[in-house]
Amino acid sequence: MQKLGEELRNRAGQKIVDPEYLLFEAPREKVFMTGSEVVKEAVKRASVDASVSYPITPQSEAAHLIGELWVEGYVGVYFRGESEFGVMSELAGCSMAGARTITTTSGPGTLRAMENFPMWAGSRLPIQLVLMARGINSPLSIQPDDLEVSFLLDTGCMVWYAENAQELFDMILAGFVVAEQPDVHVPVVNVINGFFISHTRESVMLPPDDIALPPYNPYKAPMPPIDMEMPPGRFLRDPFVMKSNYISYATHTSWQFEVRAAIERARPYIKKYLGGLIEEFGDPESDIVLVSTGTGAAQAKEAVRLLEDEGVKAKVVKLKTIRPFPINELREAVKNAKVIFVPEFNVVGWLEREIRRYLYKHSDAEIIGGPRVAGGMTMPPEIIAKDVLNYLGKEVKHVY
Amino acid sequence: MATLGPSHYSPYPVAVYENILPPPPGKALLLTEVVDEEVAMREAAKAMLTRENPTIFPGPQVIYAWNEEAKEKARLIRELAEVLGAKIIPMVDYRPKYPKIDPEKEINPNHPNLTIWHNNIKACIFVGVHCHYANVALKIIRAETDCFTIALCSNAGHEDAMITLRDQHSEELKKFIEIAKEVKKEVK
Repeated sequence: MQKLGEELRNRAGQKIVDPEYLLFEAPREKVFMTGSEVVKEAVKRASVDASVSYPITPQSEAAHLIGELWVEGYVGVYFRGESEFGVMSELAGCSMAGARTITTTSGPGTLRAMENFPMWAGSRLPIQLVLMARGINSPLSIQPDDLEVSFLLDTGCMVWYAENAQELFDMILAGFVVAEQPDVHVPVVNVINGFFISHTRESVMLPPDDIALPPYNPYKAPMPPIDMEMPPGRFLRDPFVMKSNYISYATHTSWQFEVRAAIERARPYIKKYLGGLIEEFGDPESDIVLVSTGTGAAQAKEAVRLLEDEGVKAKVVKLKTIRPFPINELREAVKNAKVIFVPEFNVVGWLEREIRRYLYKHSDAEIIGGPRVAGGMTMPPEIIAKDVLNYLGKEVKHVY
Repeated sequence: MATLGPSHYSPYPVAVYENILPPPPGKALLLTEVVDEEVAMREAAKAMLTRENPTIFPGPQVIYAWNEEAKEKARLIRELAEVLGAKIIPMVDYRPKYPKIDPEKEINPNHPNLTIWHNNIKACIFVGVHCHYANVALKIIRAETDCFTIALCSNAGHEDAMITLRDQHSEELKKFIEIAKEVKKEVK
């Protein structure tokens, strides 16, 4: 970081501004771009120190575009890992050494890297992963399907879910700000539905690209960064299992609770920087509620419009975060609900499971796990509307 | 040992599961209540001045001379210990010690209860301990001992301590010392 007069500038010469200014106050201009291009625009304004990549559809383009930022001087270090496992391990090294880090992956890449995610969380590394969700093999699929998200829910990482390219842009920047808070300081996974968001163009409002987030300050981290220049150099994190079983049991328990507690501490910061853990759309008093995430929420909003044409009032509760789960917000949002539909892009219904868990004994509503599509199928709003109309015993006029 | 609630049979209850979060900027946490910083400082001083074997546990951020602020804080912590009549037992690093630490000489975040049991400590202050290790240790202490814990944190505070003060730097330590002097006169 360099100081020019009263101004602080990062390595790319961008002016350092407060996160609040970058996210809420800076003037924005409308552009038309894909989700992958939006990742580049967010990283460009994030004073990122290191990114490691590995190709896998559909995130390869975003990873490639971060590489272009390295060429242009916006990202400090960029290289290709040996595999997704290599990528996530190498990012851990960068983060332990005090770097702000980001990477992207999809589907099988997520699973290949899996061992690293709880390691990131347990080491309190605020690494950001943009997950462009895709099907899990086998059989091979490169199509959008978000089954892989369910594998991440108990890794100790925060899991956020963006509905569109605009939200992805804002969540990437907010992700660094929230994840790097000293009392949070766990990884953040920003999920989008692959292809639907990564490969389609939409209008996005962007702030100027000559301003950027303040750099990461590793000396406010809840664990000491590895710094061989600063004595005592040896702050290695010895595994306590090697020392005594008594220590292992006791400390490991407290340690795991501490990582989960850190996610809970993110709630006030998420409210500030994302404007809340949920978003509601439609008739706020309706007793028909569609609870979903990401593209599922976008399609559910369209279904609410279709239902309105049929004389049926409904509302959408979009969950912006899955970890931390918006427990109180969801309970409040569905307090008048008689029926809750959970549209999802996977075969297992992991979101339905989550919702049932947190509404158990807190809602009398009937919870219907669906409609569900998987394997890359789209979810036309008509099928959501059809399920609702069928439930209500109303005539379905549309052709499906 | 907690047998009820989300912590279940874990020996370590977790404050956030009881909806207790760190205090907002400018405030402090006294058990479950958000209070003014001065109120928390007075209660912290009272606990240290009235309970058995009060002890300050300084961590690596203040026992090594990382920077000028660390040196200044170390000096102020010695002064605070004198005012409170407290012992100082350092947390020199975070590595688990094999086969066992010497509880008279140090405290370790992986088994802090050993030091507290051995020295019969009924009130303590954590200062200069990196937040993760303070949180791990405070959960263990809360469950395993009857020690009253106070955390002076330079970041956002520690909800698992019984009193937590956040954004504590040299100026705040000086203020705490002055309040401790006043409380000392009152409790005698």
